[in-house]
Amino acid sequence: MELVSQHVKGIMEECKIRARDAGLRFDDETLEYIVTNRDLIELSPKMMIPTLYDYWVHDVRVLSGKGMYEAYPSNPFETVVNTRPAISYYNDNNPDWLNVMIFYHVLAHIDFFQNNLFYKNTWDIDLAGQALADKRLIARLRSEKGRWVDYVIEFARGMDNLTGFHRDLNRTFLKTGSKKLTRTDFYFDVFLQKIISVPQHEYVKEISRYNQCQKDNVDFFSQVTGKYPEFNELFRKETAQKSPPQMDIMEYILRYSPFLRKEENEWMKSVIHIVRTTSLYFQPQIRTKIMNEGWASFWHEKLFMADDRISGHETDYAKVNASVTAMPKVGLNPYALGMRLFEHIHEMEDKGRYSFAYFLLKDAVLKKKYDQHKNTGQSFIFKVREDMNDFTFINCFLEQAFVDRHKLFVAGKRINNQNMTWQYYIQSKKADDYKQMVINTLYHPPDIRIDAEKTKDGILYLGHRFENKPLKQDFIENTMIGIEFLWGGPVHLETSEPKSANQLDPRYTNFWDPSAQGPFPDTTAPPIEWQRVRYIIKDRKLHKQEL
Amino acid sequence: MITLDELLERDKKREEDGFKRKIRIGRIVKPGSGNKEKIIVVPTTVEEKFVHDDIIAEQEQGETEPTGGTGEGQEGDVIGEQPIRPEEGEGEGEGEGPGEGKGGEHEIEANAYELGKILSQDFELPNLKDKGKKKVLARYVYDLTDKNQGVGQVLDKKATLKKIVETNISLGKIPDVSNIDTTGFIVSPQDLIYRILSREKEYESQALVFFLRDYSGSMGGKVTQTVVSQHVMLYSWLVYQYEKQVETRFVLHDTEAREVSDFQKYYSYKVAGGTKVYTAFKLVNDIVEKENLARDYNIYVFHGTDGDDWDKDGKQTLAEIEKMLAYAARIGITIVEHAYVGSKHTEVEKYIQSSGLLTSHHHLIKLDVMAENVDDSRIIQGIKTLIS
Repeated sequence: MELVSQHVKGIMEECKIRARDAGLRFDDETLEYIVTNRDLIELSPKMMIPTLYDYWVHDVRVLSGKGMYEAYPSNPFETVVNTRPAISYYNDNNPDWLNVMIFYHVLAHIDFFQNNLFYKNTWDIDLAGQALADKRLIARLRSEKGRWVDYVIEFARGMDNLTGFHRDLNRTFLKTGSKKLTRTDFYFDVFLQKIISVPQHEYVKEISRYNQCQKDNVDFFSQVTGKYPEFNELFRKETAQKSPPQMDIMEYILRYSPFLRKEENEWMKSVIHIVRTTSLYFQPQIRTKIMNEGWASFWHEKLFMADDRISGHETDYAKVNASVTAMPKVGLNPYALGMRLFEHIHEMEDKGRYSFAYFLLKDAVLKKKYDQHKNTGQSFIFKVREDMNDFTFINCFLEQAFVDRHKLFVAGKRINNQNMTWQYYIQSKKADDYKQMVINTLYHPPDIRIDAEKTKDGILYLGHRFENKPLKQDFIENTMIGIEFLWGGPVHLETSEPKSANQLDPRYTNFWDPSAQGPFPDTTAPPIEWQRVRYIIKDRKLHKQEL
Repeated sequence: MITLDELLERDKKREEDGFKRKIRIGRIVKPGSGNKEKIIVVPTTVEEKFVHDDIIAEQEQGETEPTGGTGEGQEGDVIGEQPIRPEEGEGEGEGEGPGEGKGGEHEIEANAYELGKILSQDFELPNLKDKGKKKVLARYVYDLTDKNQGVGQVLDKKATLKKIVETNISLGKIPDVSNIDTTGFIVSPQDLIYRILSREKEYESQALVFFLRDYSGSMGGKVTQTVVSQHVMLYSWLVYQYEKQVETRFVLHDTEAREVSDFQKYYSYKVAGGTKVYTAFKLVNDIVEKENLARDYNIYVFHGTDGDDWDKDGKQTLAEIEKMLAYAARIGITIVEHAYVGSKHTEVEKYIQSSGLLTSHHHLIKLDVMAENVDDSRIIQGIKTLIS
C-alpha cells in the first residue's frame, strides 16, 4: 500500500478544480493509495479501514475472499472511505485517461459523503484515528482476557443492526434547533387528538377559534380550562415527565445490564460501545447505496465527457462506462439505476415538471411537450443529494415516465413444467410494482425494541414490531444466547410467525394431471396467517411459546 | 494473518466454553469459466443477527423473488428460458481436451485431500488404517526391478553380455557370428547393466465410491446443502484415507436417475421433479453389473435424500438395496429431514427401519437421520455413523 505518484496526484488535483467549478463541494485534502488485489481482499472485511479492530470473522472472510478471488478474479476500479481526509484506493497501472474518469467518480463520492445529511454524525469524527484507538484498546483487552473479548465482540455484533441510527440522527438535528413543547402544541397535537380525540369538525372549529383569539388578543386557554378543568394538570405532567429518551437494545444493555455492572465485567462495556459506534458509522453508507453510486456515475460521465483529456479515448471510455452503468436485461444495477434517476430528475426539474400544473395535466401529448424552461435542474439535484436517502429517493422520484422511458420492468422467474425450464417473464411494467421491487432490496433491519413495561424481574423483554416479514428463524437462537450473556439473565423476544397449520403440503399435485402445478395457485393458496409467539432464552436453552 | 488451523483450534475451544462451533468448512466456491473447474475449500461462518427472512415470500407462489429488467415487451411476455435439468457440457461446448480435464480434477483432489486431512485430524474422524492393513488399497514393495547402466546394486550378467555383444557388433568386432572371438571384445563401462532397488506400487484393490443424491423438487435449500456438505466431507476424507486411490461416480435422481461426470455437477444441479429413490440404486446396480466392477473394487454407496419417496412402502427400493448388499462394502444412507416433518418419520426412514436390513446386515448398511439445520459437527458425527 503506497501513495500514488506525484504525477497521478497532479491529475487528481486538476480534477478537483474542475469538479469544484461544476458545483461539487468537498474538503481540500484527500489521500490516494495504490493497493494490490491482495490488500483489497484483506481490507474489505474491515470495511476498507486498515485500522479497524481485529476480529476472527474478518480473518475467515479474508480466507474465503482469497478462495473467491482464485475462482472469480475481479478488480474494482476504486474504493472510497468516508474519512477525513477522505481515503481512496486504486488498482495499480491505470492509464492516465482512466484515472481522470475514476477520480471524477471518487470526487463525487466524497462530495456525497460530506454533504448528504444522513452522514451528519460522521462529519466530526476522525474515523481512521478513532478506529486505531479502538483497535489498540481491544488488543490490550485481548492480551488480558483472551478469547472472551471475541465472544463479547461476537455478541455485541449480534445486535449491531438494531442501533437507533435514525433516532441518533434526529437527536443531532434537534439539538441545533431545540424545541420545547408549548401549551398550544400540546393542546392541538396531543390533547385534542390523542387524549380526548375530538371529531374532525370540532378540531377545525377549535383551530379557527384559536386564530380568532389571536386576532382579537383574547386568552384562548381561559375557555379551554373552563371546559376541561384537567387540562392544566395534564399539561404539567406531560412536560414534567419529559419521557425518557428511547434507547436501542445496545444502549439499554450498556446502561442497565446487571451483568455488565459487576466490576470484573466493566471492560465489556467499552467493547460493546466500540462495536455500536462502528456500526453506526457505516449505517448511512448502507442506506444511500443507489444514490451514492448513481451520483458518482452521473458526475464522472458529465465531467469526463466535457474534459479535453478524453480525446483519443472516447471508445475506451464508452466501453468502461458501459460495463459499469449498463442496465442489465435481468437484474438490478444500483449504479445504473441511480445515475439514470438523477438524470431524469435533472431534466424534469429543468422543464418545471415538478409542479402542480404538470401534475394536473391529463393530456399525454401536452405532458410530453410540457417545458417551462426553468433550468433549475442542477441546483435541484444538489438539493436531492443533500436531503435524501435511498428509500425517499426511490419513493419520491421513481415514476411511470421514468419506467417507460428506460423500458424497465419487473422480471419474474417461474417453472415451466412442460419444458422443464425456468422461465423469465415480464411480470409488470407498472412504476408502483417496480418501485416496490426496488424498495424490497433496500436495507431494512427489523424493528426490535426494549419493551420497558415487560422488562422486570431480571428479564429483558424485546418486542418485534411486525412488518409482515418474519425473522430468520435459525439465527434467533445464537443471537439470543449472545444477548442473554451480556444481559446476565433470561431474554424474551416477542415476534410473529406463520401459523404452522397453514403450511402448504409441498408435495401437493393435481390428481388429474400430475405434471401441472397446483391449479390456480393464487386462489387456492390461503393468505398466511400470522401468529404471535414468544421466544425465551434461559441458561442458553431456547423455548418457544405461542401467545 | 490467522491460518485455517488456528481458526479451527479456536473453534474447538468454543465448545469448552459452552458455545456452538461457528466455522463451517467444505463450502465450495463454484468454478470459473470454461471447462477448467476449480473447487476451492474455504472456511465460512455466519454472523447471526435478528434479520428478516425472505424465504416465506418466495414459497407463496412457487416463484422466486422478482428482480429488475429492461427491454422491449409486454407484461406477461416470456423473455427467456433456462433448462432446469442442465445438460452435460451445456453451454460449454464439447471436446474437452484430456490434458486440461485431468488438470482440473487434480486440483479438486489436492484440495479435497487437504480437507480430508483437516477432518481426520481436527474433527477426529476415525482413521481407516487403524482398522487393519487389509483396507489399505495400495502398498509399496521394494524390488530389484529397474535397470541402470554403469552403477547399481547387482550386476545383471545376461543383460550385460547382451549389451557387450551389441556394442561390439556396432564396432565391427564380430565379423562372423558362427565364430566369435571374445578376446578381441571391447568392454565399455557403460555396458555394465545393474539391477537397482526400486519402489513398486502394488494395487491390492481399489475403492469405488458411488455418491447418490436426490435432486427432486422437495430437496430445496438447506436439505441439499446439508447432504452435499456431508458428501463433500465424506469424499475428502476418503481421498485422504486412500491416499487419493479412490474412484468416484456420481448419480443424481428425481423420478429417474442419471450419472453425472464430476462432483461440481453433482453438487450444483437442481430440478423440480418428483422422487423415486429406487431409480438411483437401480442405476448403480446396472453400472456395476455392466462394467463388472464388483470383481476389482471395494464398492461404497452413499445416498442423500430428504426421505421423501413416491414408492411409499419402498418395495422397489428395498429390492435394489438387497441386490446391492451382495457386493457393496458399505451402503450409507443419509436422511436430512425438513423442519416441517417434525417428530414424524419420513417414508424412506420408515421402510428401511421396518425392512430389518439395518440389523440383519448391520455391518453393511447404515442409516443416519438428521434435521436440515444441523451444524458441521453434527454432519461429521453423521459421517462417523455411516462409516463406523
